[in-house]
Amino acid sequence: MSATTNGTPLVELRNVSKYFGNVIALKDVSMSVYAGEVMCLLGDNGAGKSTLIKIISGVHSPDEGELLVEGKPTRFNSPRDALNAGIATVYQDLAIVPLMSISRNFFLGSEPTRGWGPFKRFDVATADRITREELAKMGIHVRDTAQAVGTLSGGERQSVAIARAVYFGAKVLILDEPTAALGVKEAGVVLRYIAQARARGLGVVFITHNVHHAYPIGDRFTLLNRGRSYGTFRKSEVTREEVVAMMAGGEELDELSHELEEFARTDRLAAEKLKEAGREFHAEAQVVHHTSDQPR
Amino acid sequence: MAVTEEVAGQRPAADERLARVNPLRRLMVRPEMGAVSGSIVVWVFFAIFAGDRGFLSARGTANYLQVAAELGILAVAVALLMIGGEFDLSVGSVLGACGMIIVVLSVEYGWNIWAAIAASLLFAIAVGIINGYIVLTTGLPSFIVTLAMLFIVRGATIGLTRQITGRTQLGGLGNVPGYETAKAVFASRLKIAGAEFSISILWWLAIAALATWILLRTPFGNWITGVGGNVQAARNIGVPVIRVKILLFIGTAVSGWLVATIQAVTFTNSDVLRGNFREFYAIVAAVIGGTLLTGGYGSAIGAVFGALIFGMVQQGIVFMGVDADWFQAVLGAMLLAAVLINRFVRNRAMEVRR
Repeated sequence: MSATTNGTPLVELRNVSKYFGNVIALKDVSMSVYAGEVMCLLGDNGAGKSTLIKIISGVHSPDEGELLVEGKPTRFNSPRDALNAGIATVYQDLAIVPLMSISRNFFLGSEPTRGWGPFKRFDVATADRITREELAKMGIHVRDTAQAVGTLSGGERQSVAIARAVYFGAKVLILDEPTAALGVKEAGVVLRYIAQARARGLGVVFITHNVHHAYPIGDRFTLLNRGRSYGTFRKSEVTREEVVAMMAGGEELDELSHELEEFARTDRLAAEKLKEAGREFHAEAQVVHHTSDQPR
Repeated sequence: MAVTEEVAGQRPAADERLARVNPLRRLMVRPEMGAVSGSIVVWVFFAIFAGDRGFLSARGTANYLQVAAELGILAVAVALLMIGGEFDLSVGSVLGACGMIIVVLSVEYGWNIWAAIAASLLFAIAVGIINGYIVLTTGLPSFIVTLAMLFIVRGATIGLTRQITGRTQLGGLGNVPGYETAKAVFASRLKIAGAEFSISILWWLAIAALATWILLRTPFGNWITGVGGNVQAARNIGVPVIRVKILLFIGTAVSGWLVATIQAVTFTNSDVLRGNFREFYAIVAAVIGGTLLTGGYGSAIGAVFGALIFGMVQQGIVFMGVDADWFQAVLGAMLLAAVLINRFVRNRAMEVRR
């Protein structure tokens, strides 16, 4: 379970900066992920999480700093390069084709084939079998691999994408807000798959702004705020509350919860006042009604 | 159906939750279901109201099958492109241009007809590549790009033909070198039950079978559905999006070339306006066949039946004695009905089955 932080990290960023015109998206950020650990990348919206993962997954290249894959400085020119290096990214909602079947989605772009020459064909039976087996390993038992992915729940869709990345030999799994759009129970399901992936020896980079999802599963936490890093902490070094506080949301969240309580209180008061006003109005209306009935 | 996605009986130890999916319902969500049942309805309708006037005869059948075949060849290619998430409105104008290229080169310049046919094929491929290249490098909607191409190709066909020959119609293809062999391939007729069936029907079925095979049983087919259903996901996962789409654009242009060749060789002439509106009819047939306008869903078999409905209706109302002017109104009504049915089918397919 615990991370083996000795040895070479699978992926490491050293003092990376990225600029978009005059916007500093990332400044001097370092992070790493080792095999068999879940490394949580935390930060509020606009903290630079997306830019950071796009650098690791080959969408952007860093303007300054270094990207190292298993200790070797590397430069990715495309997402395909990153994929070939064993870095698979599961994007929040961009990973699947809703109207396609589960097994066709699973093998999209890497279809198993049978036969030779012009008779080479997509081996549907094998695709179905492997999809079923791989999903079963993740603890998902699909009813029918021919059903459209769009019919699955959000958590199951994420899980299909994760299972696919694992099957195709990913060593590093980058999960972009996999729990963001999910309900409590579904998020739990996805967290369990993340734990499964870690148990199978993958390095997982888990991006989220939800500390309650990150803290139970994370081994280390890198905190980003406005394009800069607050540093990386092991779980033993910080409490959940400290993480929340560091995430730029800390005090604001406290403030917000006070505000919400205040809203609730004033709402209650307002509702009572409204009720009273309604009663008065009703009474008044009755009076008006009676008086207007009388002949002038 | 000859090719279905599920191979029954091969599923290992069926999940007990699977048993409850009604086989009828499984059939219902196949994209071509609407067109298959629609074909039966249309056939029965005309069998009742025009059966005694020749609709049911072998000749009547050969008649509407030929109409269906010439549209169906286009519709199958257009359906594949639409499943891949793009439109091609230039098909009809490519059809007109290819026919003219064949006749002008062989009649005016004395080329062997096979050389002229090859030249027009190269032209069609070039148009497909240009369409695809512009759409994919600029990100402009293919609807607009190919609409522009429609006018460019049609206008250039009319302009060049008149400049070279001084006319807009050109005949005499029957006397050029190589005509007899070309006729055997593109315009021969097969006598069945006393009626002559056009060989274009065979071309149509062969192309539909090929397209269905590609779509359901090759990696490339999976990529077509993938790029049409979610291009971003397909790209992220490593599908060569540009190659797939350009090949699909070439496919539609080549289908226009094939129909142009069949018609030019059959009628031994060509007209600059040939193929007018065919691009829309092909889209209508594909949509009636269950292909979604938004891409990512559809079938080549559906397009075959869409074209069959088109042929039966176009010829059927003539057999019925109704003025052919009404054909377009009927076509429009059928298109509307088809998209409503498709919407329903898609919602069923996407529904969570509990």
